[in-house]
Amino acid sequence: MTGKNGEVNESVEHAETPSEPKRIGRRLFLSVIGLGVVGVALGPGLSNIESKFLNIFSKKPGTGLASLLPGASQFRIYSVTNTIPIVANDAYRLRVGGLVRVPRTLTLADLMNMPATSLVKDFQCVTGWRVPNVHWKGVMLRDLLDAVGVEPGAKAVEFASFDGEYTESLTLAEARRADVIIAYEMLGAPVTPEHGGPVRLYVAPMYGYKSAKWLKSITLVRAGVPGFWERNGYDVEGWIGRSNGRTDQPVD
Amino acid sequence: MGEPISQLTERDPSPMAESLRRFDATERVLHWVTAIDVLTLIVTGAILYFPSFSVRVGRRLLIENIHTLTGIFALVPLVVAMWGRWGAMVRSDVVRLTTLDQREWRWFDRTRRMKLELGKFNPGQKLNAIFSTAGLVVLLATGLVLRFPNPFPLPIRQGATFVHDWFAFAVGLLVFGHIGFAFFHPRSLWSMLSGRIDRHWAEMHAPAWVRELDRNEAKVE
Repeated sequence: MTGKNGEVNESVEHAETPSEPKRIGRRLFLSVIGLGVVGVALGPGLSNIESKFLNIFSKKPGTGLASLLPGASQFRIYSVTNTIPIVANDAYRLRVGGLVRVPRTLTLADLMNMPATSLVKDFQCVTGWRVPNVHWKGVMLRDLLDAVGVEPGAKAVEFASFDGEYTESLTLAEARRADVIIAYEMLGAPVTPEHGGPVRLYVAPMYGYKSAKWLKSITLVRAGVPGFWERNGYDVEGWIGRSNGRTDQPVD
Repeated sequence: MGEPISQLTERDPSPMAESLRRFDATERVLHWVTAIDVLTLIVTGAILYFPSFSVRVGRRLLIENIHTLTGIFALVPLVVAMWGRWGAMVRSDVVRLTTLDQREWRWFDRTRRMKLELGKFNPGQKLNAIFSTAGLVVLLATGLVLRFPNPFPLPIRQGATFVHDWFAFAVGLLVFGHIGFAFFHPRSLWSMLSGRIDRHWAEMHAPAWVRELDRNEAKVE
């Protein structure tokens, strides 16, 4: 590296007794602060670009370059409670109730015996990161709703987690989409505890906070109550690219 | 770079020979308190960020609180050390660290490095000090947005997440580089514990500083 102006002055070489010492340290310090401010302003856009760029290099999520660099292409584990709840496969139960004709409690085996749906779709978080081409497998929510029989008055579906805190909701129309599944496989393997296993929701067209983890119950109601993050500022209608002030590319 | 060890041992039969005061007690306390704080931030940050660690450790709320408190505290020792009458040497070293002559960029070019007569700190140390302190300020600001997001609109939170991640990565590299150099230069590392450095080392690595000390001594006498 040469001097800023490329100047060369070989005659004077004493660094601490130069003719004109400049405190460019202050300028450097403020430049770093400025970089941080600019980064905050451009961060949402930059993280999108970063994700796309890294996706070129890593076909499988969370591998290669992408797993070493911050900011993109890997899952971050968010939980609203102190610890990650763990429930054994055998002990797992999913209660489907509310405004339904036949309330049911399903085991993991019950879910696996129903017709399975596989999806390969991105997971987009509202904080910016996106994991491309995640393999999902599970039961379409609408198949489950048909199995229990939705009462005429029901207009929304509420979800609760066995972490004891997390809640989410969808309108009945949203819940009937073909890209909304009750997943027991993710990333090509059974859903792990940190990803919300053994069973979680996956709502492909919406931001990650809609895809409730550690699914405990599905309740048909007349009107949905805003979920955990929605009481903390996020949009109830969490469409990717059309909500929360974001412009991400939708998951198709 | 590489320490000319053979020369040092040859010309320096008694390490107790003449030694110079490089860091005073305030500076050493400042350094090590900040070091412990930053290492705590790195460890707890890694636990919060990397899923494999988060799952193994659990206790997310506790880890978050430790990370937040050590983060808020990180720059307090520097401010306190610079504040009072105990901070004279800290203040003068802050001036040294932030005074970079344009010619000093040459130091980063190995072939031209030898022509430069260095003062108490070399340009690498100066840049490290400036960048890591500024980085800590940015991490503190963005970290507060992440921890207390309610007053901030969503795009600011997202931008803060992005910046906090990248700055943590960058400052982490600086810290590990700094630790690496310290083990590579054990005398220098030891001087951060004892406060003193032998004259011979200083003449080789900080000749302009030694001349300055001699000048001041001459004035006193």
